[in-house]
Amino acid sequence: MRVNFTVNGRRQEADDVWEGESLLYVLRERLGLPGSKNACEQGECGSCTVRLDGVPVCSCLVAAGQVEGREVVTVEGLADYAKQRAEHGGCATGACGTSGTSLEDARPGVPPDEAWGRAAKGQDSQTGEGTGSSPHAALAPIQQAFIDAGAVQCGFCTPGLLVAADEMLERNPNPTDADIREALSGNLCRCTGYEKIMDAVRLAAARQGEAV
Amino acid sequence: MDFLRPASWEEALAAKAEHPTAVPIAGGTDVMVEINFDHRRPEYLLDLNRIGDLCEWEVGEDTVRLGASVPYTRIMEHLRPELPGLALASHTVASPQIRNRGGVGGNLGTASPAGDAHPALLAAGAEVEAESVRGSRLIPIDEFYTGVKRNALAADELIRAVHIKKADGPQQYSKVGTRNAMVIAVCAFGLALHPSSRTVRTGIGSAAPTPVRAKAAEEFLNAALEEGGFWDNGKIVTPSVAKQFADLCAAACNPIDDVRGTASYRRHAVGVMARRTLTWTWESYRGTAARTEGVA
Amino acid sequence: MPTIGTPTKITQGSRTKGGIGESTLRPDGILKTTGEFAYSSDMWHEDMLWGQILRSTVAHAEIVSIDTGEALATPGVYAVMTYDDLTADVKNYGLEIQDTPVLAHGKVRHHGEPVAIVAADHPETARRAAAKIKVEYRELPVITDEASATAPDAVLVHEHRDDHHVGHVPHPNVVHRQPIVRGDVAAARERADVIVEGEYTFGMQDQAFLGPESGLAVPDEDGGVHLYIATQWLHSDLRQIAPVLGLPESKVRMTLSGVGGAFGGREDLSMQIHACLLALRTGKPVKIVYNRFESFFGHVHRHPAKLYYEHGATNDGKLTHLKCRIVLDGGAYASASPAVVGNASSLSVGPYAVDDVDIEAIALYTNNPPCGAMRGFGAVQACFAYEAQMDKLAAKLGMDPVEFRRLNAMEQGTIMPTGQPVDSPAPVAELLRRVKAMPMPPERQWESSEGADVRQLPGGLSNTTHGEGVVRGVGYAVGIKNVGFSEGFDDYSTARVRMEVVGGEPVATVHTAMAEVGQGGVTVHAQIARTELGVAQVTIHPADTQVGSAGSTSASRQTYVTGGAVKNACELVREQVLEIGRRKFGTYHPAWSTAELLLEGGKVVTDGGEVLAGLVDVLEGESVEVEQEWRHRPTEALDLRTGQGNGHVQYSFAAHRAVVEVDTELGLVKVIELACAQDVGKAVNPLSVLGQIQGGTVQGLGVAVMEEIIVDPETAKVQNPSFTDYLIPTILDTPTIPVDVLELADDHAPYGLRGIGEAPTLSSTPAVLAAIRTATGLELNRTPVRPEHLTGTA
Repeated sequence: MRVNFTVNGRRQEADDVWEGESLLYVLRERLGLPGSKNACEQGECGSCTVRLDGVPVCSCLVAAGQVEGREVVTVEGLADYAKQRAEHGGCATGACGTSGTSLEDARPGVPPDEAWGRAAKGQDSQTGEGTGSSPHAALAPIQQAFIDAGAVQCGFCTPGLLVAADEMLERNPNPTDADIREALSGNLCRCTGYEKIMDAVRLAAARQGEAV
Repeated sequence: MDFLRPASWEEALAAKAEHPTAVPIAGGTDVMVEINFDHRRPEYLLDLNRIGDLCEWEVGEDTVRLGASVPYTRIMEHLRPELPGLALASHTVASPQIRNRGGVGGNLGTASPAGDAHPALLAAGAEVEAESVRGSRLIPIDEFYTGVKRNALAADELIRAVHIKKADGPQQYSKVGTRNAMVIAVCAFGLALHPSSRTVRTGIGSAAPTPVRAKAAEEFLNAALEEGGFWDNGKIVTPSVAKQFADLCAAACNPIDDVRGTASYRRHAVGVMARRTLTWTWESYRGTAARTEGVA
Repeated sequence: MPTIGTPTKITQGSRTKGGIGESTLRPDGILKTTGEFAYSSDMWHEDMLWGQILRSTVAHAEIVSIDTGEALATPGVYAVMTYDDLTADVKNYGLEIQDTPVLAHGKVRHHGEPVAIVAADHPETARRAAAKIKVEYRELPVITDEASATAPDAVLVHEHRDDHHVGHVPHPNVVHRQPIVRGDVAAARERADVIVEGEYTFGMQDQAFLGPESGLAVPDEDGGVHLYIATQWLHSDLRQIAPVLGLPESKVRMTLSGVGGAFGGREDLSMQIHACLLALRTGKPVKIVYNRFESFFGHVHRHPAKLYYEHGATNDGKLTHLKCRIVLDGGAYASASPAVVGNASSLSVGPYAVDDVDIEAIALYTNNPPCGAMRGFGAVQACFAYEAQMDKLAAKLGMDPVEFRRLNAMEQGTIMPTGQPVDSPAPVAELLRRVKAMPMPPERQWESSEGADVRQLPGGLSNTTHGEGVVRGVGYAVGIKNVGFSEGFDDYSTARVRMEVVGGEPVATVHTAMAEVGQGGVTVHAQIARTELGVAQVTIHPADTQVGSAGSTSASRQTYVTGGAVKNACELVREQVLEIGRRKFGTYHPAWSTAELLLEGGKVVTDGGEVLAGLVDVLEGESVEVEQEWRHRPTEALDLRTGQGNGHVQYSFAAHRAVVEVDTELGLVKVIELACAQDVGKAVNPLSVLGQIQGGTVQGLGVAVMEEIIVDPETAKVQNPSFTDYLIPTILDTPTIPVDVLELADDHAPYGLRGIGEAPTLSSTPAVLAAIRTATGLELNRTPVRPEHLTGTA
């Protein structure tokens, strides 16, 4: 079957979709947007979290046919989404990247070694080119906070956590620790023990507060 | 596999009539897992997401008519005063992401004994609005669960809504899982006080082939409360009454040993939850309890 | 925030920004947050096919027949392969013992063993075709425990063993046995005033890395294949893959893709050979991605264990002796079992000084799922048992459990049961002191003006208690883990470092085959290069097999060994750069030949700080490249009879204090805080150090209260292969984890550092168990502890 929907603000059409395919599969394998991760495919880990008409959902549990005509935001579109939110005055998250709050010792002033990871994508056509991605877009504040706080290790849970955390901060700009834990309780991480993720969300909230 | 996308309720009923094997899909919580893990290959998937009124609810005089697809998140946010037990149950469902899409209709359709909504529905009192091209009917919740993952729906019927009695007294809900979030019930317990009828209703999840009420326990407690004039004098329910109620609730279970827990533990835990939820609701009824629903 | 102890002296380049000791950020951080970082499951190639594996539905059976006809006839299917389609002479693989068939040959030995593979144009086509393959089994009795494995008439899991352990094991269903005997236990036992015995059970834990096994095999024009893969050790994979494909290693090219966690679970092969076979057969690229269900069958797990312990102590609190027997269930194939036995036996005493020991560890062959490497292997199981023993002994002696441990703590100079002296700092007593001294979390944090906040209570959102039945408990534990590959293994790593001018700037390129699995090795390599070479820009080359082996990303060894190799290669590069400098500029300044020279801030400087030349000028028109292997100090095999030998190169120590609140009526546990103190030698990247300690701590928490693969003892079938029923901690199960980092240099190691990744996983579990015991008064001799065990309803 054919499915038409909007991903990260862009109209997308997927053809020859098998009826049992999930939104996650369509994003990853048909639209070249593999940022949403396939860790459990049973709604237990949150790695595939996207926003469907603004609401965080597990894209592995959305049948592809169910997204016809609807709007999806994935981690690849998170920076733009945050930017637009800031510009439209919903909240001032867009200004956060330049604010002064920093984790103790977390910013060394040395540029990351970008060759690693990009090169790890393999050569030539080894990767699905992300038609919907914007590789040079600035980071969303929550993305920057995850990097600064050391909340990224293997990174497989990161995209889903970013989408979920960004949405929580949109609803609840001053979360308590218990609020953060509740909002992220659907996102499993196996590397960090969650402490640095807590730090990252607190950091993003603090920067957001400063920017207002 | 065919994917059916009815744009209206009438189209959905027609599709279900034409293809009785069609599997309805709304929040996808159960159906998509079965497809992703190759456990199920239905001939037809019947998408209910495009039918907007399934996501709506109406608060009436005595009942709330809750659309089958109203997400659990909405129930928690908007229906806590009318449906406190179900709101508490909704908060125990899986994860925020799942609560954003899943609704009571899915729980009822799957009719797993572990479905989180069932004990709350049983305790509050509810009727399932089922409809087919042949017509509409209300199925009392006590008659809805007919076996393990089986319900009273006919092959051509779809769940449109649930009519749940508005709370006329305190309600509570507890669920035991081996994790502090995102966990399938090892067992669950719902309790509702109905001061207007001077009755108590219960619901037990995951401790029998179907969700069940602990009817002997209810009858015992109803009699004990009546006898002691508790509804009027607002006295503390005596520990011996609470204990016997808990024991009868445990006895109402018919659980199995499985990877999630032993039968013996389930019986034990249902008893503990019965005693605690009775204490919480009764304290609340007496008007002396610290408010706990708000944060729970 | 952490308190950092006395810093280790850095001899080189401390003034170059972004060098070692700083919390520089991950080089892959941006790509990982934008979703662009390419994991193995993200690989894509035009015209690629999807591979699917058909696995056995029974644990132990003869294969009577396999009919692939219908599957092959399915439209969209390009290949179906079984054992009969393997053309090379070599048909088995394995880390140490090549006992694992690529595809089942006449017999399956565990539930979920690969029987056939399919390649098709869509994953659903491949799945449907696999389902059409008809396999007829004739079931055999299942071997599931020590009794059934070693019975005189036991069916042999492997009928024709010819590995190098078979000569010294008591039964062919025992993979390996390692005794360690030292001193005179009988005499020591006489001196004991108290004796404590215990029998402990450790459940089967899963690594549960989030990125399922996956990869893409692309056929090459020369008849070879290029594999993009998530693994822990490229060259070990290569050594096992090439012979089965009938190809020389030069024709199997491997590139590391993004790895979604590992924790030991990617030390063995999973879908590597299957993808290559299908790619070579079809001539098309083949991608295989396990789903979570398959992932539980696709990798080895942590060995479940039975541990029998006897300790004695004198009334003044000194340990007299240890007798113990550790039985590890290795499952159907050997995997890392021999090494697990080595660790379990040599570390069974824990971080304590005990002169008289009688130790035995064995691993069994059974029809249970194969078990192998997982974070802290061997040492994790032992730590659970010996720490329970320490608490029992302290209780029996009426002593404080921490003081009792401190009294018996090993220190530098202590002789291990293997006869090996501990020749670097062993601050066991100090770690215990520190973790005990940390402030306690406040009581009854769930109370708020709104009532009880259930998120802070056992049961969490499930609303099971508002404080009823909740009792707090506190427990302590400390552990010891060996770092690096032990017992005489030639444990080395290779680094290629290049230095040149790019865009007017001096740039270092570091190329290793180290598998970055999330631990941050790539961050550390750049820091080392900056420190040693004084450059700002470091390029980390993708890991592949175009450079020599880096060894495994396991055993807490990569920062030590590949870090050491990078440091070593950088030093050689530096010498060559200075040589060029001397050649070009030596005549201009006498310091070129007389002073100790360093590379700092892009310049050649004297140790007095005088600038001699810019690196750009030195390297103009030149480039320097060095590839060199680097080894840590050699170790020795343990004597097969006495267990004596200098088996380990370094130890790592961590201590935990767990504070838990237990709903004693429902048996539900909320861990309130897990404080950790660990000696890291040198915190090369403090932020990453904390990440490792906190992550390891939570994996230990998981196996304390929830994580267990449940295998039916009747059928040996896995009961819970999903994230619905194999539970790992969520953020609501995880406490705050304050960390106190101690840095006492190990003079034998690069920068004095210590491998850190595994130690926190050891002591976390027994600390949580000890805290639950304190809260409940129960003995609790197994982990994970389930609500049934706390409520007498098991």
